[in-house]
Amino acid sequence: MGRRLLQSIVEVARHVFGAAASSIFLIDPATGDLVFEAVAGEGDGQLVGTRFPAGTGIAGWVAASGQSMLVDDLRESRHFSGEAAASTGYVPDSIMAAPLFGDDECVGVLEVLDRGADGVREMADVELLGLLADQAAIGLELLTRLRAAEPSNRSDKALRLLEMAESLLAPTHG
Amino acid sequence: MSDPPWRRPSRPYTPGVPAWGATRAQAREGFASIPMDSVSPQWAWGGADGSGVRVCVVDSGVEGGHPMAGPVDLAVTAVPDEDGEVEMVPCEPTDRAGHGTACAGVIRSVAPGVSVSSAQVLTDGKTGSGPALIAGLSWAIEQNFDVINLSLATTRPALTAQLHELADRAYFRRCALVVSAHNRPVPSYPWSFSSVISVASHDEDDPMTYYYNPAPPVEFHARGVRVPVAWPGGGTIRSTGNSFAAPHISGLCALILGKHPWLTPFQLKTVLFLCAGNTTGRLGGAHDETC
Repeated sequence: MGRRLLQSIVEVARHVFGAAASSIFLIDPATGDLVFEAVAGEGDGQLVGTRFPAGTGIAGWVAASGQSMLVDDLRESRHFSGEAAASTGYVPDSIMAAPLFGDDECVGVLEVLDRGADGVREMADVELLGLLADQAAIGLELLTRLRAAEPSNRSDKALRLLEMAESLLAPTHG
Repeated sequence: MSDPPWRRPSRPYTPGVPAWGATRAQAREGFASIPMDSVSPQWAWGGADGSGVRVCVVDSGVEGGHPMAGPVDLAVTAVPDEDGEVEMVPCEPTDRAGHGTACAGVIRSVAPGVSVSSAQVLTDGKTGSGPALIAGLSWAIEQNFDVINLSLATTRPALTAQLHELADRAYFRRCALVVSAHNRPVPSYPWSFSSVISVASHDEDDPMTYYYNPAPPVEFHARGVRVPVAWPGGGTIRSTGNSFAAPHISGLCALILGKHPWLTPFQLKTVLFLCAGNTTGRLGGAHDETC
């Protein structure tokens, strides 16, 4: 169900920005690797599960620093990190990325590749992506906590919330 | 009479510029100040190129071979030891993430003669956190760099006391610590401490144009939107964020310290104030001349 939640987030992000693709990486707590957990648009279907070493590229910096970042003209430069991008099969012109926070630690990164023609609002877009990332992180945190709690310790409210989330995120709605 | 700018509640976020930043209209707001006639941009940095000034970029590393960012004089990286402590050890000047190289490139574009060094504290998603930041910043202060560029902020309250102590230590050791404001309007450090020179973005294209902010905590605004920056591999990209405003001020500090090496961080900040775009020309005759 966590994966379905993440998938719904990248779908929303992609639509909001009219982007070529949107993806979520989560940080593997054991290795620090960035792991593709959900992709919408270019690369969907093949990339989930792919890993990049910690600190790689723009997502790596965002994960390590906890700050959002926006870069343009990537293709023009031809030098931008190429390996990581090329290995995904899609080399974007612009990348926007925001951290996902669980408590005060960055647990992942929400990324948007090639915003649509209207996507030239620079920091206003970064702000919006940050807000989406916060919602995503809260959803993820809630889900993780609810699932981690022993069923006997779940309050009625929490139980209803979990049931609701499960039904909303059921495959038929995916 | 309305409240002075520094007594007002914080401004709401302005779409189009990074959090804490300013639009050109806001930068023109007037404020009271005392005339000091002898300090002008020409006096402060006219003819300087930053030669003799040592700058350290505390970030993801700096690619030494990049024509815009290199060469790198000293490069160290954060390595956790068996006890969980972090040590700074010499390393090759490399940068996997690109951010540090971008910052170094901006500094060198403003002050081509500076010596650039790198303390790599963002090595991966795990140790690129608190202990590495503290270790890297401590190392840079102990090395007596003239200017330390820190385009990073942390939101972890647990680090506040240590960062505060380090910022004050830098201040009294004559290390000018230039720090970018966080890109999100959240409580974060160390940019919000008074002993650092804090920088957010404005939305103009001129790399030498900067403003004093009469409504701190952010004290200065410099170029930070669609900045052409160096990127590992040899090229450039355009990037947006307060991260790229700070190195413009670091470069300017290097120019000023190259001409006036005896300035303390307090005096340096005063010179920056007196030469800011919204201050020059309003305080006395010498300020009519800009460069």
